[in-house]
Amino acid sequence: MNPAGPLLAVEHLTMRFGGLVAIDDLSFSAARGEITAIIGPNGAGKTTAFNCITGFYKPSSGRIVLSLGSQPAPEEVDALTASGRRSRATAAGSIFLLERMPDYEVAASAKVARTFQNIRLFPGMSVLENLIVAQHNPLMRASGWTVLGLVGAPRYLAAERQAIDRALYWLEQTALTDRADDAAGDLPYGAQRRLEIARAMCTQPQLLCLDEPAAGLNPRETAGLAELLQSIRRAHALSILLIEHDMSVVMEISDHVVVLDYGQKIADGPPDSVRNDPRVIAAYLGVEDREVGEVEAEIAR
Amino acid sequence: MAAAAAARPPVQRSLAAAIRDAAGTALLALGLAVPILALRIDQNINNEPVLRPRWDYVAIAVGLAFAARLAYLLIWPRLPSRAPARMQSASPSDARAHFARAFAAGGLILLVLYPLLALALSGRAGAIKWIDNFGIQILIYVMLGWGLNIVVGLAGLLDLGYVAFYAVGAYSTALLVHNFGFGFWICLPLAGIFAALWGILLGFPVLRLRGDYLAIVTLAFGEIIRLVLINWVPVTNGYAGISGIPRPTFFGLPFNASEQGFAAFFGLEFTPLHRTIFLFYVILALALLTNWVTLRLRCLPVGRAWEALREDEIACRSLGINTTNTKLTAFAIGAGFGGFAGSFFAARQGFISPESFTFMESAMVVAIVVLGGMGSQLGVAIAAVAMIGGTEILRELDWLKHVFGADFEPTQYRMLLFGLAMVVLMIWRPRGLIATRQPSIFLRERRAVRAGLVKEGHG
Repeated sequence: MNPAGPLLAVEHLTMRFGGLVAIDDLSFSAARGEITAIIGPNGAGKTTAFNCITGFYKPSSGRIVLSLGSQPAPEEVDALTASGRRSRATAAGSIFLLERMPDYEVAASAKVARTFQNIRLFPGMSVLENLIVAQHNPLMRASGWTVLGLVGAPRYLAAERQAIDRALYWLEQTALTDRADDAAGDLPYGAQRRLEIARAMCTQPQLLCLDEPAAGLNPRETAGLAELLQSIRRAHALSILLIEHDMSVVMEISDHVVVLDYGQKIADGPPDSVRNDPRVIAAYLGVEDREVGEVEAEIAR
Repeated sequence: MAAAAAARPPVQRSLAAAIRDAAGTALLALGLAVPILALRIDQNINNEPVLRPRWDYVAIAVGLAFAARLAYLLIWPRLPSRAPARMQSASPSDARAHFARAFAAGGLILLVLYPLLALALSGRAGAIKWIDNFGIQILIYVMLGWGLNIVVGLAGLLDLGYVAFYAVGAYSTALLVHNFGFGFWICLPLAGIFAALWGILLGFPVLRLRGDYLAIVTLAFGEIIRLVLINWVPVTNGYAGISGIPRPTFFGLPFNASEQGFAAFFGLEFTPLHRTIFLFYVILALALLTNWVTLRLRCLPVGRAWEALREDEIACRSLGINTTNTKLTAFAIGAGFGGFAGSFFAARQGFISPESFTFMESAMVVAIVVLGGMGSQLGVAIAAVAMIGGTEILRELDWLKHVFGADFEPTQYRMLLFGLAMVVLMIWRPRGLIATRQPSIFLRERRAVRAGLVKEGHG
C-alpha cells in the first residue's frame, strides 16, 4: 500500500501520424493529489499526449496505467498488460490501461475528466443542463435505462434531485449560480471556461485533465482560476493534469512540471528546478542545441 | 427559490381555474342556447307549426363558448384577475412559452372536437372528406414528423430514409394479418417493435458515418426497402400490393352493418362515418402518445444525451456518454414510431403497395421537421398541418377554374407552391417556424434558448 505513488503512469508513449512523430517515447507520471503541469512550445505534442491519455487517440505504442485506490504492485500491472484486458480490480482498487479503452470508457470507468483547448460546451443547452448531462451515467442507471424514468419512479426522481444538488454545488464553486438558466453559449468567455471545469467535475473524476484553462482569460480571471483549481484539489482529493502556457499559473499552482519539445520530454521536476533548466530556456527561446552550453554558462553567471 | 415558488404554482392554478371558468361560460351558453337555438318552429305543407329540435346547434354553441373562453383565459392571462403572480415574473420568453402552451391546449381541444365540428358544419357526406382526407391524413404526418423529430431534431442525425420504417410497419401489419391472422391491435405494437429492430439493424453499420454520408446511406436504405418490397413478389406481392387488411375494431366490435357491428351494438344507424371517426381518434391517440413519450424522454438522461450529442459529440464522449448506443436508441425509438404510423396506415387503407413508400414521403416528413423547427413539437405539428393540409386544400380550389379557365388544375402547382413556401420560409425563418429551444430543466425560470445558439447536429 503506497498511497503516494503515481495515479497515472505514462510509459514510453509514442504517437505517429503517418510520418510525423508527434510524441516520441514519452514517460512521466502524475502523483496522487498533486497538480502536474505539462508545458512546452506550440506543437510540442502536449494536446496529443492529452488525447492519448483520455482515449481520443490510440497511441502507436506505449502504456498508460491509471490506478485507482491503493498503489498496485508492478507485477499486477504487467499481468494485466499480458492478459490483453483493459482493466482489473485489485485488492484495494483497480487498474486501467487507458491506451486500450475507448474515450467514453476512460471517462466513465477510469474517472478521467477533461476540458478542451477550444471550449466544447453544449451551447444550445442551459448551464444547468450542461451539468446534468455530465452526470449521464449514474442518472441512466437510476432511470433503469429509461424504463423506470419514463413512468416517473421515485428512485429516479431522487437521483435527479441529487444530480441537481451536485450541479448546484459546482455552480456555487465556479460562481455561476446566477446564470444557471441561461444558455451556455450566452456566457462570457471566462464563465464558459469555468463552466467547462464545473461540468468535468460533475462526472466525479479522480483525474482532471485541463487543456489550457487560462487561455484567453484576463489576469484577474487567471488568478481566480488558480485559486479555484487549488481549492478543488484540496477539497476533493483530486489529481490534476494541466497543459498551460501561462507561466504564472504553472509556477504558482503546480507541484510538478513536465516539459515537452518536439514530442520528447526535455525536463521533469518541481517548478523551480524546471524554471532554471537551460534546456527548457533554450526550447522556449528557440536556441540551437549547440548554444545550450552558452546559455547554461550565462545562467551560472 | 422564492421567485420559483411564486412563478410556478399560479400556472397550474390558472389552468384549472380557466377550465372551471370556461365550464361556467359553457353553462351560461347552454342556458341561452336552449331557448334561442334548441327548437325551431317550421311550417309544414298544411301550414301547421312543426317543432324541429336542433340540439346539435346547442352543442356547437356550448362547445364554441367553452373553447373560446378557455383560449381567451389562457392566452390573455393578465386581463382577468386570476393570475396576478404571473405578472411579476413575466419575461418575454415566459410570455411566449405561455402562448405556446395555450396554443397547444386550444389546439388539443379543437382536435378532440374536430370530427363533431366537421359533422355539424358539412353534414354526413362532407364530413368523411374532412375527417379522413384532412384530419387523419394530417395526423399521420404529424405523428411521422414527431417520430422523425427524435432522430433529426433531438439527436441531430439526418435521416432521409424514414419512410423505410413506415413501410416496415405497414408491411409487417399486412403480413402478420395474412400469415398469422392477427388483428390490428396485436399487429400495432409488433409493427412498432419490428420497425425499431430494423432501426437498430440499420443503425449499427451506419451510425459511424456523419453528416452528408449518413444522409446518403439512410436515403439508400429507404430505396432498398422499397425495391425489396417491389421485387420480393412471393412475400410482398410486388407492385400489386397486399389488400384485405382488416380494419381496427372497437374493443372487438367491427365497424360494419352486421348484427355484431358497432352500430348495431349501440343501437345506431349504420354509417361508414363511425369507422372514420374512430380511426381519427385512434391516430390522434397514437400521435399524442408519440408526443408524450418524446416530451418525457427529453427530460430523462437519454433525451438530454440526444440533445448533447446534437450540440457536441466529442464533449459527450469526454463525459463518458456512449455515443453509439445513444444514437442507436434515438434511431430505434424514432423508427418505432414510424412503424406504429405505418401499421395504422395499413389498417386505415386496407390496402398497401410499394407506391405509398417512395422517397417523396421521406422528403415530405423531413421537410415538415425542418420547416417546423428542429426539436419543436408544436412547430412540427403546425408544419404538418400547413404542408399536408395545404395539399388537400389545393384540391378544393375549384373556383380557380372560373378565373384561369376550365383546364386549370390547381393540384399541378403543388410542388411549385411548396418550393415557393420553403424559399420564403428559409428567408424569413431560416431555423424553422419555432426555432427557440425550451430547456428540459430549470432552476428559477425557464428561459428559451435563442435559435442561433442551438446546433443542428452533424450526423
